[in-house]
Amino acid sequence: MRRKTFWKFVGPSIFLMVLFIALPLCGVFWQSFFLSVPVVEAVEVETCTPGFPSQVCTTVTKSQAVLDEFGRPVENTTFVGLELYRSVVNPEAVREAFASRNPGAILRVDFWRALRFTLTFTFVTLPFVLGLGLAIALAVNNSTQRLRGPVIFVSLLPYIITPVIGGISIYWLFVGDGIVTQLIEGLLDRNVSVMTRGWAVEALMMFYRVWHIAPFAFVIFYAGLQGVNRDTVESAMIDGASRFERLRYVIVPHLMPLIVFVTLIHLMDSYRVFEEIVAFNAQSQRISLQWLTYDFLQPDDSGNRAIGRAAAASMLTMIGIVIIIFPVLRRAWRDHRA
Amino acid sequence: MATDTDSRPFGLKLAGTGFLVFWSLLALLPLFWIVTMSFKVPLDAFSDNPLQVILGPRTRDLRGGISLSDIVLVGSVLYCLYRVPKALGRRAVHLFSARRLGRIVLLGAYAACLWLLVRGDGAIGFVILGAGIGAGIVWLLGFSDDADDEDGVLGTLISAVIYVAGSLLVLIVLVPAILPSIDAVLGVLPLGELLTRPLLGATAEHYLSVWVERGFYRNFLNTMYVTAGVTAISLTVGTLAGYGLSRSKSTVAFWLLILALVFRSLPHSVLVTGYLPPFIASRDILQPFWDMPVLGWVLGLFSTTPPTLYGQPLAVIAVLVSINQPFTIWMLRSFFQSIPAELDEAARIDGCSDIQAFRRVIMPVMWPGVVTTGLFSFLLAYNDYLICSLLLNSQNQTMVPSITQFFNSETTTTDQVQAVAAAVSITAPLFLLVMAFQKQIVSGLTAGAVKG
Repeated sequence: MRRKTFWKFVGPSIFLMVLFIALPLCGVFWQSFFLSVPVVEAVEVETCTPGFPSQVCTTVTKSQAVLDEFGRPVENTTFVGLELYRSVVNPEAVREAFASRNPGAILRVDFWRALRFTLTFTFVTLPFVLGLGLAIALAVNNSTQRLRGPVIFVSLLPYIITPVIGGISIYWLFVGDGIVTQLIEGLLDRNVSVMTRGWAVEALMMFYRVWHIAPFAFVIFYAGLQGVNRDTVESAMIDGASRFERLRYVIVPHLMPLIVFVTLIHLMDSYRVFEEIVAFNAQSQRISLQWLTYDFLQPDDSGNRAIGRAAAASMLTMIGIVIIIFPVLRRAWRDHRA
Repeated sequence: MATDTDSRPFGLKLAGTGFLVFWSLLALLPLFWIVTMSFKVPLDAFSDNPLQVILGPRTRDLRGGISLSDIVLVGSVLYCLYRVPKALGRRAVHLFSARRLGRIVLLGAYAACLWLLVRGDGAIGFVILGAGIGAGIVWLLGFSDDADDEDGVLGTLISAVIYVAGSLLVLIVLVPAILPSIDAVLGVLPLGELLTRPLLGATAEHYLSVWVERGFYRNFLNTMYVTAGVTAISLTVGTLAGYGLSRSKSTVAFWLLILALVFRSLPHSVLVTGYLPPFIASRDILQPFWDMPVLGWVLGLFSTTPPTLYGQPLAVIAVLVSINQPFTIWMLRSFFQSIPAELDEAARIDGCSDIQAFRRVIMPVMWPGVVTTGLFSFLLAYNDYLICSLLLNSQNQTMVPSITQFFNSETTTTDQVQAVAAAVSITAPLFLLVMAFQKQIVSGLTAGAVKG
């Protein structure tokens, strides 16, 4: 394909990606060094109430936002360097925590709390997703033809369902006196309230994510299993390999590229964990990095959004994602040159 | 591995089947449970006893319920309706597509719609909208089959519309009219009373109050608007880019794909941080364009002042399309790569230009890939929470973010059951989607994996 036609085909897509992904990214980088504060002026307001013999007047000093000629609040933007990053990361608290030999104390800072949860969430769910996906794929592959269609249909439902709704539907099974809570209470013979414990909510969010993503791994592994070389399996059987050995030395190596693929997608997606926090109403107990930014972006009581701090938190989140996908990029570049 | 299956010991087979049954139950339970809850009065829906939630005795006493005879009758009617397309479908399609009849019926229906709209019958407008959407779903569900050629599409659509309208008529008007008389007849019989007694408590009141009183239909329309826009635009742009990238082996193409991969992994909140300030201040930022001599006059035809992009569904469509681009490109590229490059070379030797080869030769064989990618674009737009909740205001809100409003206002258990009903309403279209497109979804998931 000639270079000119190539650009004609790719042009619109690149235009969109530059305008709506690359430029906003530069904007975020820029904003993370600037602090915008609405300009406030002190106004003396005199309020009078009718009285006898003369009016009763009180003078109060109020602070109010300065408005420009269009009636919009004026914002004062100053370059603050790394100040916003410092306010998000809070290095003093970190130093203090380590100095007092109590590293757990840094979890009181929102950013470290979010980072701790996001990383735990990402790496704990990964083996479960791979394991459950592989187990379903193997079971479906070995089951009768008649069972396969319905199982694939049912398995796709948790994957396709809106994440917030899926999370809420599991939340409803546990919240208050939901049926599963009832079941646990019946088994333990004491009163249980699942949603008041941080670790239980965290475990539930991980359970939801495994329930939601395992079907994706299943479908991919199932497609991969169709291409397993029968001759290799049979020669392994002749060599006396047990069922487990065949799985370990023939099937898993064959699926390895797919396992890497699912791992990559899962790492990228669960690093962005967000919907679970909304669905399980968990923001007081557990927050994620994406939630942190979202929270800064929500207008506060006076309608201001902490854009600068959100930008700083965003940039820190980006560093993490670059570290996660860097090995993949390096391998792709090597393959391309080879 | 068929021979392997036969040699497996019975215990392992049983364990495998048992595991699959367990997984299916696990996958279905939360969804089944919210569907059940949404049809009960709050006392039943939040009962301690699971059996009470399913059977709904209080709902039955307060609001009535479904009896065995209802289940049998409605079931058989539904089965008959299900058989109709198979028995009569092809003939109806031929009838409407072969003669001019098709166009006449369509024009008549259009005129009737216009007349109703002018008269301002709001309710009927929604019935028509519902019938249209239903017809689309039925059409997708397989009313059409492989025998459809280009001319058959019109006939298929018209017969689907008529079929859905007829089915609704039967289900909403005819069945409720017949049911009491059948119950009366059965009541005379010795064991008939057992059949006609309500068995399962059920009520649709929560759905009614969510959709009508609370105006959920507005969120539904917004969602339809946003998803349709996102799917259409991202497919158009993505197909072009995917084709270009699949037919180029240059380093530029490689870097573009890697860049797309990096963009795909970005957390969406990072991007929204970048959008919010310019979107809120877009009126000032865009003002210079409106002040330009010629361009300003052209833009002035659309609106006299530059728009504020915050809260505009169109802006959200543009954002979602762009965020979706990396994924769309990767998926379509792997579909294009499965089409041999010899095909476009042959077309070029026959005298086609690049764009002609793409349009006349490649696109006709690409439709399955485009449909699959379209499905995933639809899902992204439909399921999005973060972007819509931050960039849209409450008047233009889509369905998924608006459901959290039900929680914010939750004070009574009735509100909560209404939230459940809203959640089920959001899920129902996805359920139909999986039913209609199971094959495409599976092929789409595996398409990306094969090429890595």
